[in-house]
Amino acid sequence: MTEAATVDARPARRATRITPVSIFLWALRIAALAIILYGSYLSISSGRLTASQWRDLFVFGISTGSVYALIALGYTMVYGVLRFINFAHGEVFMVGAMMAFYVANALAATTLWTSSPVISLLIVLVAAMATSTSVAVIVERIAYRPLRGAPRLIPLITSIGASFTIQYLVRGLVGPSTKAFPRVESLRGTTEIFGLVILKSQVVVIAAALVMMTGLYLFVEKTRTGKSMRAVAEDPETAALMGIDVDRTIVKVFAVGGAMAGVAGALWGLVFPSLNFFSGFLPGIKAFTAAVLGGIGNIVGAMLGGVSLGIFESVGPSLVLAGYEIPAFSQLKDVVAYAALVLVLIFRPTGILGERLAEERT
Amino acid sequence: MSQVVDAPVPVEVELRPAARLDMRRAVRLGLSGGVAMVLVCAIGMVAAFQPRMLIDPILPMGTFFLYLLPLIFGWTASQPPPTLEGFEPAKTGARNILAGALAGVLGGLCVGLLLIVITTWDLRGVFINLSPQLAEIISFGLPVAAAIPVIALVAGVVGALGGAIHLLSPRPRRATMSALAWVLVFSLFTDIFGQLFDALSLDFVIDFLYTGRGGALTIAGALVLFAVFFAFYWWLGGRESTLRQRVQAMPAGRRSRWQIGAAVIILVILYFVPRIMGPFVSQILVTAGIYLLMALGLNIVVGYAGLLDLGYVAFFAVGAYSTAILTSPQSPAFSPEISVLASIPFVMIAAAIAGILVATPVIRMRGDYLAIVTLGFGEIARILLNSEWLAPYFGGAQGITNIPDLQIGPITFSTPQDYFYPVFLFVVLAAYITYAVQNSRWGRAWMAMREDESVAEAMGINIVTAKLSAFVVGAILASFGGTLFASQIGSVFPHTFDIVVSITVLVIIIVGGMGSVPGVVLGAIVLIVLPNLLREFSEYQFLFYGVLLIVMMLKRPEGFIPSRRRAQELHAEELSQDAWLEIYGEKGLEEKVPEGTT
Repeated sequence: MTEAATVDARPARRATRITPVSIFLWALRIAALAIILYGSYLSISSGRLTASQWRDLFVFGISTGSVYALIALGYTMVYGVLRFINFAHGEVFMVGAMMAFYVANALAATTLWTSSPVISLLIVLVAAMATSTSVAVIVERIAYRPLRGAPRLIPLITSIGASFTIQYLVRGLVGPSTKAFPRVESLRGTTEIFGLVILKSQVVVIAAALVMMTGLYLFVEKTRTGKSMRAVAEDPETAALMGIDVDRTIVKVFAVGGAMAGVAGALWGLVFPSLNFFSGFLPGIKAFTAAVLGGIGNIVGAMLGGVSLGIFESVGPSLVLAGYEIPAFSQLKDVVAYAALVLVLIFRPTGILGERLAEERT
Repeated sequence: MSQVVDAPVPVEVELRPAARLDMRRAVRLGLSGGVAMVLVCAIGMVAAFQPRMLIDPILPMGTFFLYLLPLIFGWTASQPPPTLEGFEPAKTGARNILAGALAGVLGGLCVGLLLIVITTWDLRGVFINLSPQLAEIISFGLPVAAAIPVIALVAGVVGALGGAIHLLSPRPRRATMSALAWVLVFSLFTDIFGQLFDALSLDFVIDFLYTGRGGALTIAGALVLFAVFFAFYWWLGGRESTLRQRVQAMPAGRRSRWQIGAAVIILVILYFVPRIMGPFVSQILVTAGIYLLMALGLNIVVGYAGLLDLGYVAFFAVGAYSTAILTSPQSPAFSPEISVLASIPFVMIAAAIAGILVATPVIRMRGDYLAIVTLGFGEIARILLNSEWLAPYFGGAQGITNIPDLQIGPITFSTPQDYFYPVFLFVVLAAYITYAVQNSRWGRAWMAMREDESVAEAMGINIVTAKLSAFVVGAILASFGGTLFASQIGSVFPHTFDIVVSITVLVIIIVGGMGSVPGVVLGAIVLIVLPNLLREFSEYQFLFYGVLLIVMMLKRPEGFIPSRRRAQELHAEELSQDAWLEIYGEKGLEEKVPEGTT
């Protein structure tokens, strides 16, 4: 089909279809928008939170959002290349966080933890990256590679199986108890950047995530390997004809995605110092939302999507739900994230930047 | 990647020798199997199973599960390559046993390595299950230096036995495997057989087979069971095809009379099942029946219509909560206190509305996005039911209690034994609906939509109604499950309606066979009844589900009892062509046949 044909076909289709379904969807859209706007109006006009409290929520949103962004990179890169949702990616992240916890715990018993926190954090980071990368590559080898070319839902189901397997393997290996990440003394308290008072740990998280994402962006855009990844994402058959080893490139994509999830796992310990075998599920779903929000298959989009979702999730409950005076609205924090997921998938499945995959590849 | 293979080999061409068994593959499999054995030890499965004896002094359950692995990968490693057109069938021989033994020994050495690690360092700070107790079990109580060769030897022998299975011709192979399977069943489910023989007043059978009530099999008992079942399957092996032919040759009237007779016998047996088996087993059967009800519903949504719904538990919750609200005097906001039976029509309406509300937004959505959105819906439902905000309506985390028992006329159903019958009735109803709808206009529309949505639409199928109807029918079946569940347990709590329920139901239909009713029944029995009967197993239930999902998708995506159409779809002819090309294609036919298979 040529470009012109698709462009022509669309307006005609839109014009002829005003079905009950589209009326329902429009009503849903308007209702969602009205609820959000009216709730925000109510809560801002009530003046319950001061400007600095809003700012704190905002910064907290950016720091969790940058962790989501790091995880989202794995979803988006795999989706870009293989066109399936790697449901087990949240568990890859969890495994990295587990490793980070154990390494940090071991280091916290030594003097290195207090004397040179930078080196110890780097060790934690590398260990988490290595673990997550290996898990991602092993999962690809066992569960996904034999399924190339299978109907699309089959690898999705396998990835659900892989996700369960990893969760319960970790549960069996290290036990079901919730682990508490050790404190980093030098990261306690706040610091001031550009006149903003920010928690030091959040500064570290945001900075590390920025560095990793810039590095990844340069890697994908500038190096030969990155070029081959983009080529395989664009069209695997042609890429193979051009002499690119598709299987190896896919392994590299999984490895890079896993490494990013490992970094996210280590940083997660700095923001939310508690974790168990089930901790990967929700961040995984949220990161997937972020990937879709930014336009799945699009690396910059994943970063933008992650940060926006983080802000949305942290500001949203206080902004919208508190406006309606809902009791214990923080319980509904995850509902906000899921609602964002559902609304984005229903109304803008191409995401903010995702024009590339709007047309389905056959 | 289907490719047209030109120049089929003419019949008169001499057959080329088949590829030989690949020993490198055996090494690879042995090492990965070894990793699996180490993991089974490290997650605590072996130690947890060990106290239970299967065959009294010689075979504890932990050891059995550990050495089941070398049997499986020994069997896989020595599997002859598939027979391809133009080639002789692969010969079996000592090489198969050797490959199996090699794989087994390597697996055993991995366990030996684990033993050294456990006895040298104390890793329990991280891996909580690497205890001295585990070392005791895997070393058979021997000192480390002596234990390692013993472990390798045992694993090697088991692997070789796995390889030797290929040497048996089909009839003795089937008889042996079936007899072994029955011995395993008798040794695992001692409670059931104890109850059964007790009810039939065959106490002397228990005394002979088992060391006591609920105890392990005796060696003599195991041998006799094996001999009996071996003889039976040997006898059956020679006659099965003639029996089948005779049934087929029967005139239609007589055959249907036979079928009715068989159905009546099964019904009579089922009538006595809860009475004989007692409340514990009946409760498991009721749970399995409720899951089966949900699985039949999801089978319509996923199996027929191809819409992967990961939030299916929400419809179950709708059924349970609407029953609870309508019937319980404890319902916080609205409490008409009608009977459970009278609530069913309202539950159906609520489920249908829920189905439409979930389905409408996702109508134009691609398959994988649909899965994630439905997952989101399911989780939103659970969190909202749990929330303080809606607690005035749904009771929040305290749930709704005091739901009355099901009452039909003068009969009140209260115990698990009583509930077996209504659950069974609903399952039969659901199975009937599934069958009836299969070849109806709706069913054909769903299947067409599953194969290709755009083509189906072009052929005049209304995608909107097809999707809505699939969701509504699925939702109603799940809500029946919810109603039965709520009235049987007597209370509903939000944490029951977790994502794992959706995944469990999905595993049931995938293992059984998507779109196939007998498959779904088998799946529910295997996946709900077995883990609940084996109490030691319940902790590893979800790990088992996860592994099963992967293995099924890789090896048998159509399920154990597939629907015919689905199997055709998944195993098209080109698959065998692909295998052919993979093995012989690269080097071409002219060269010598390569050693390696993949």
